[in-house]
Amino acid sequence: MSDKPMLSLKNVTKAFYPGTVNEKIALNDLSIDLAPGDFVTVIGGNGAGKSTMLNATAGVFHIDRGSIMIDSVDITKLPEHKRAKYIGRVFQDPMTGTASNMQIEENLALAARRGKLRGLGWSITAAERKEFRELLSVLGLGLEDRMTAKVGLLSGGQRQALTLLMATLKKPKLLLLDEHTAALDPKTAAKVLEISDKLIAENDLTALMVTHNMKDAIAHGNRLIMMHEGRIILDVSGKEKQELTVEALIEKFSQTSGETFASDRALLN
Amino acid sequence: MVDILISGASQGLIWAILALGVYISYRILDFADLTCEGCITLGASVAALLIWQEVHPVLAVLVAFVAGCIAGIITGVLHTKLKIPPILAGILTMISLYSINIHIMSLATGTQGTANLSLLKFSSNVLYTKVGALMGMDKMSAAILLGVVICVAVIGLLYLFFGTEIGSSIRATGNNEKMCRAQGIDTDLTKIIGLALSNGLIAMSGSLLCQYQGYSDVNMGVGAIVIGLASIIIGEAIFSKAKNFMLKLTGIVVGSVIYRVVVALVIFSGMPSTDLKIMTAVVVIAALCLTGFFNKIGKRSSLDKRDQHVKDAKKEEG
Ligand SMILES: Nc1ncnc2c1ncn2[C@@H]1O[C@H](COP(=O)(O)OP(=O)(O)O)[C@@H](O)[C@H]1O
Ligand SMILES: [Mg+2]
Repeated sequence: MSDKPMLSLKNVTKAFYPGTVNEKIALNDLSIDLAPGDFVTVIGGNGAGKSTMLNATAGVFHIDRGSIMIDSVDITKLPEHKRAKYIGRVFQDPMTGTASNMQIEENLALAARRGKLRGLGWSITAAERKEFRELLSVLGLGLEDRMTAKVGLLSGGQRQALTLLMATLKKPKLLLLDEHTAALDPKTAAKVLEISDKLIAENDLTALMVTHNMKDAIAHGNRLIMMHEGRIILDVSGKEKQELTVEALIEKFSQTSGETFASDRALLN
Repeated sequence: MVDILISGASQGLIWAILALGVYISYRILDFADLTCEGCITLGASVAALLIWQEVHPVLAVLVAFVAGCIAGIITGVLHTKLKIPPILAGILTMISLYSINIHIMSLATGTQGTANLSLLKFSSNVLYTKVGALMGMDKMSAAILLGVVICVAVIGLLYLFFGTEIGSSIRATGNNEKMCRAQGIDTDLTKIIGLALSNGLIAMSGSLLCQYQGYSDVNMGVGAIVIGLASIIIGEAIFSKAKNFMLKLTGIVVGSVIYRVVVALVIFSGMPSTDLKIMTAVVVIAALCLTGFFNKIGKRSSLDKRDQHVKDAKKEEG
């Protein structure tokens, strides 16, 4: 493993509605380094700043202070579409990650050009169709036989699986998963998580995965962070992470934050 | 009577280019762009000015196209860079074009405030006369021939363009901007390109219209967007089963021709031509209500289809 981090957030601060009564400091002087190949699960109560951390990294908005580096490239000031060269993303809402009026293969072809200059070449080639068919068949959802179907016809689970494939089609330096199984029923969620694990392992990806499910957070990845009020209040990895239990996490949360765990959803799981 | 039908059809073929332009902004980009109304006059005024300067009419059409592209780029920049909402951005460009169009026409006459430019003295330098002379046809046949050729060419080029990487990115932008940015598409740029192309076509339509009717008038664009929408809606109603993009585009041309033929018949039957605009609006409102109604039915059946897929998927997943 190289000593240079794949992702480095340094003293990142982001406030929404600054200077108003509604001011909300969503990220508070947050710093974290991800080593290449780190698969980090992210937990924390509602409004802890998990999505804001991912969105700030992806460039959905600019941060107030601090810096963001990917593989030693400073991307703090790059617009969202330029950061896409380095970053693959899957969102909570299955509608967000794909273009529903376009075909499965057209969506994949758009993703195949992430980070490349788009010109007057054909939007999809015969060779790509063949490649996409093979990749889709690996998912085991039967999508390889429906490549010209509109994505709008797919189920939420199928769309998330497709979005995952699109996010990793061109190997990203960083994969951002923001509660990408939260809108799915448990069985489908498990299947999509399995696909995520597989794609991350096979491509040796560095990833941040937000989840509200503590069991999933413990079972997946090699490192776990807990967020609270825009900061990281717990960061465990290796053996220590493997030995975590849901009870221990809840205990840790109330100790560090001085509150009981706010998310009912997390307790129920 | 036949003359009326033919003249309606030939006008329909000219307005079809405008309808195709409106289709790009309204349907593909999902951007209600009112630049259209000033842009058709822009195309007409630019072409008229050039024809007064004895420039070849084909070149006049091409320059009009470019002028329209620039108008589209301005609306696009107002929206994407200055964050002005789509409708207002279009209105601002449209209203500016009103003054600009008068300036353009004044350039030809040398009189400030020229709001109307006749091509009467230059009728030998008009596309339709030239093609008619070349092919040994009367003006009407030439207009039909030229209209068909231009529509076929424009549909073919649009079909090819929207099959390219940029074209596909523009379609995706109209569908899901967030996804586009996550996939590295500069949605500001795709919107600007789409609006440029859309308004280029609209101005091109204006440049043909002015040569066909023999003048450019600063008010000729009033209601143009509604006429474009009417053509699109009629075309979509007739070609409702069309999945293929080429067929959809063809449907719009057919819709435009039908619209113009109906208009010609209605006027022939004695309706004052000044009532045309309200009639068009009523047609569009009725069509929107009807398609809204049919869409609901259609959506339900496609939802059923989706549910079926979801069930299939669950079976596979479970
Ligand atoms: N786009 C936004 N505009 C205003 N406030 C926001 C925005 N995004 C997040 N916030 C606020 O920032 C805080 C952190 O939100 P978020 O990062 O979404 O939390 P979570 O950890 O649940 O994902 C919340 O108080 C939220 O209301
Ligand atoms: Mg969130």
